[in-house]
Amino acid sequence: MPLVKNGRIATDAFVHVADDAPLPADGAVLISAARFLEDTEALLRRVGKTGVIWPNNRDLDDLVPHLDRLAMVVLVFPSFRDGRAYSQARLLRERYGYKSELRATGQVLRDQFVFMLRAGFDAFEVKKESDAEAFTNTARRYSVFYQPTGDGRVTALHQRMALRHSESASR
Amino acid sequence: MYAYDELDRTLINERVSEFRDQVKRRLSGELTEDEFKMLRLQNGVYLQLHAYMFRVAIPYGTLSSKQLRRLAHVARRHDRGYGHFTTRQNIQFNWIKLAELPDALADLAEVGIHAMQTSGNNTRNVTSDQWAGVAPGEIEDPRIWSELLRQYTTLHPEFSFLPRKFKFAITASAHDRAAIKVHDIGLRLHKNAEGQTGFEVLVGGGLGRTPFIGKTIKPFVLGRDLLSYVEAILRVYNQYGRRDNIYKARIKILVHELGIEKFAKEVEEEWLQIRDGALTLDDADVEEVRSRFSYPTYEKLPHMPEELKKAAHDPDFERWRKNSVSPHKAPGYAIVTLSLKPVGGPPGDATADQMDAIADLADQYSFGEIRVGHEQNLALPHVARRDLPVLWKALDKIGVATPNVNLVSDIIACPGLDYCSLANARSIPIAQELTRRFANHDTANLIGRLHINISGCINACGHHHVGHIGILGVEKNGEEFYQITIGGRADEDAEVGTLIGPAVKYGEVADVIEDIVEAYLALRARPDELFVDTVKRLGVEPFRERVYATR
Repeated sequence: MPLVKNGRIATDAFVHVADDAPLPADGAVLISAARFLEDTEALLRRVGKTGVIWPNNRDLDDLVPHLDRLAMVVLVFPSFRDGRAYSQARLLRERYGYKSELRATGQVLRDQFVFMLRAGFDAFEVKKESDAEAFTNTARRYSVFYQPTGDGRVTALHQRMALRHSESASR
Repeated sequence: MYAYDELDRTLINERVSEFRDQVKRRLSGELTEDEFKMLRLQNGVYLQLHAYMFRVAIPYGTLSSKQLRRLAHVARRHDRGYGHFTTRQNIQFNWIKLAELPDALADLAEVGIHAMQTSGNNTRNVTSDQWAGVAPGEIEDPRIWSELLRQYTTLHPEFSFLPRKFKFAITASAHDRAAIKVHDIGLRLHKNAEGQTGFEVLVGGGLGRTPFIGKTIKPFVLGRDLLSYVEAILRVYNQYGRRDNIYKARIKILVHELGIEKFAKEVEEEWLQIRDGALTLDDADVEEVRSRFSYPTYEKLPHMPEELKKAAHDPDFERWRKNSVSPHKAPGYAIVTLSLKPVGGPPGDATADQMDAIADLADQYSFGEIRVGHEQNLALPHVARRDLPVLWKALDKIGVATPNVNLVSDIIACPGLDYCSLANARSIPIAQELTRRFANHDTANLIGRLHINISGCINACGHHHVGHIGILGVEKNGEEFYQITIGGRADEDAEVGTLIGPAVKYGEVADVIEDIVEAYLALRARPDELFVDTVKRLGVEPFRERVYATR
């Protein structure tokens, strides 16, 4: 699956380590939530970055205390029909102030890019090569947004009000 | 009317171009049918028995004459010359070609109409009282809030892949014409003891195979908090709603399984975290939306103009006026309901020619505005009473002046097995036969208000659970059978109807309904005791006896 990061196809710096595989001494690793919670302190003491795959049916409470020491959180879309990770993403960004990489994985298709960007994702393991290549154009597809989210895009309502304000100011 | 500006138009056009790309990718095979299915559903496109069906939103039931003409154009150009108005203020076209859909959408986008989220597991068209803004005694125009909700729910980045579909309805009148108690979220505008305006919020209503009447989750939410409170509900539902079983995925099941107190507590906790965030609506925000609604400038007109006095001698006119004309908040004006339930016709259908003619009449007599109600009828919301006689003649000429509004032949029905791939049985021919049985207006008038609702399957698109008489088509050994319920209602006293006994065969349905109505006429305490009140007083037993004694 191609990885899209900062708007372009990138190589993955993280090595996905299976639950029963030994941890490499250094380098960036990606591990499951279960393994992370089993031995959190030892993992975070390692030299090298840590990323965690957090399932979409698990509350974020156990993850939140460690957020500032994580280099990446991966949220899962087992099917593109399952939208739970959008809520997790917004909570991580908007409520818990998580700043590092937030990656979407699973059935990630081009038709979800805009929603994901708005929810706070900044990296995407895209299912199809053609969708990954279309990322930049797809991400630009919409220029008008009705809802305020943590991505900072100005809503249509506030654009209108700003326009009205500037019109009345220049009068 | 809400006037779209450049921003609204841009968004709709961007959606059309996205859908054009999705159709192209499907036609080229780049998208599998499974992947495309969700995408087309999110844009109102179903695959039915014979063809694709295309469902277009009419937010809160308000249409301009220009928009109605464009719907007529789509019916003529891309369909078979007619459209079907649904119970959720949408219009459906039944014969559209996939390759033509993007063009049809582009045609509609030019007049500010879209099909976004008219199906799929997302927030659907926000519906409201079809008399919003003109009904006497309304708290305020609920469409301001409907429009705020329309914008808030359109392409929501967090809630476009919910466990299941999600429907809002909103009313601001004591008499609920929007059926808010059978919606996922029902909103009732009212004033609290301090005189502030806000919302009673109901949650977990819905029909389908497990009908529930919505429960009050919070008796009073200020307008400023409406969106944050709704977001809290949706967030709890998105995370905890069931995704393992499509039939248990609606919010009504979550509310039922958790219990309303526990669910309300979860929502409250979430809401306290976000209530003072970016979704807070200050007065200026609400004013901004309010300012985009335009209202007619009413003339000072007499309540009883000469034209009306003269026409009162015509019994046909009087019959129609008494049935289809309702009081308006402005003196000298009236709300006129256009019956889309002609004797022998499929409920809720309008031809392209009728739509064009109605658009012209709206321009002439109703400030260019048309409304669509959940009962599958249309309304002209601002008619000067002096124009009623001439308008009546024109409406009668095009077949939309049948004086049967709210009477036994004003039937709500889903498309049924004639169109729908989910249906087990036909709905439309049952409705047609019943309108013939009750074609005599004097009889229908004698019977009084009586709502019959017909669904061709358990999904309940015809809202049979809340019909005064509900008819549900089922299939037994390859044959169409119908279960009959009585005593349901969809208004402020909403209730789910009670089954009267074993299902009956297709050919027996009309006879059974006639028996039920005859039993009612014999049983009612007074001529003005409505059918549904007689059922409430006596229960189903006397009706059951009457129907099954001889069968």
